[in-house]
Amino acid sequence: MDLREIKELLKCKVLANDDKLDMQVDCICASELMSSVLTCSGNNKLLVTGLNNLQVIRTAEMSDIPAVIFVQNRKPSAEIVELAKEKEIVVMYTKYSLFTVCGMLYQAGLRSGQDDN
Amino acid sequence: MTTEKIRPLVLEYTIVSGDFAGGGKAASDVKRCLSQLGCQSEVIRRVAVATYEAEMNMIIHSFGGKITIYISSDNIRILCEDTGPGIPDIELAMQEGYSTASDKIREMGFGAGMGLPNMKNCSDFFCIDSGEGQGTKVEMVINL
Repeated sequence: MDLREIKELLKCKVLANDDKLDMQVDCICASELMSSVLTCSGNNKLLVTGLNNLQVIRTAEMSDIPAVIFVQNRKPSAEIVELAKEKEIVVMYTKYSLFTVCGMLYQAGLRSGQDDN
Repeated sequence: MTTEKIRPLVLEYTIVSGDFAGGGKAASDVKRCLSQLGCQSEVIRRVAVATYEAEMNMIIHSFGGKITIYISSDNIRILCEDTGPGIPDIELAMQEGYSTASDKIREMGFGAGMGLPNMKNCSDFFCIDSGEGQGTKVEMVINL
């Protein structure tokens, strides 16, 4: 599944790097605990989170996570979007809750990137 | 990585207590340097995560400190030294889930008691030296 399909599915608005939506997603990290996200290995990960601060982008950067979705209309600040642009990380947000987003992505065939830890 | 490409290199970062907005700048710079040196992505990820966790720990718990990264053809050594309250019981602090972080820190997505275990998991060698009132020193080595 690519980011464009996920964007359509979750009715996301894209705030950073909308030229990278062709990227394939293999697994999901859904968490508000950044230390937990940092244990997530594997490639082509998508981070789904309700947390809304600069450290979300820093965590994505360190863990080689190329895309982040902020849930429940928690639109990230301009500062967060700027850092994401600089680090070439796709940033989107959706109106759906973390639970609903996870359910929809699971139904679409995606799985957690953290179950093997 | 090809060994002949790497010359010994030292990177130094000053970490300021309470500087949450700046948290990750050191790790980000290390990551950029290692990418430029052509290190393997898995090695870069481990160094970046270990440095980032150490950086956040210093910002959250210490009075400030220094992270020094030694890059050689064999390994990458991350030395973290801070002044601060220190860790009275290291064995307890190393347990996953144990944390003394405030609610404010937890709301920011940290303080889940996973930082030190994460750092250890990312390293081939991990050593921590601390005590009440004497600051904390952490050394991590990641082999190339």
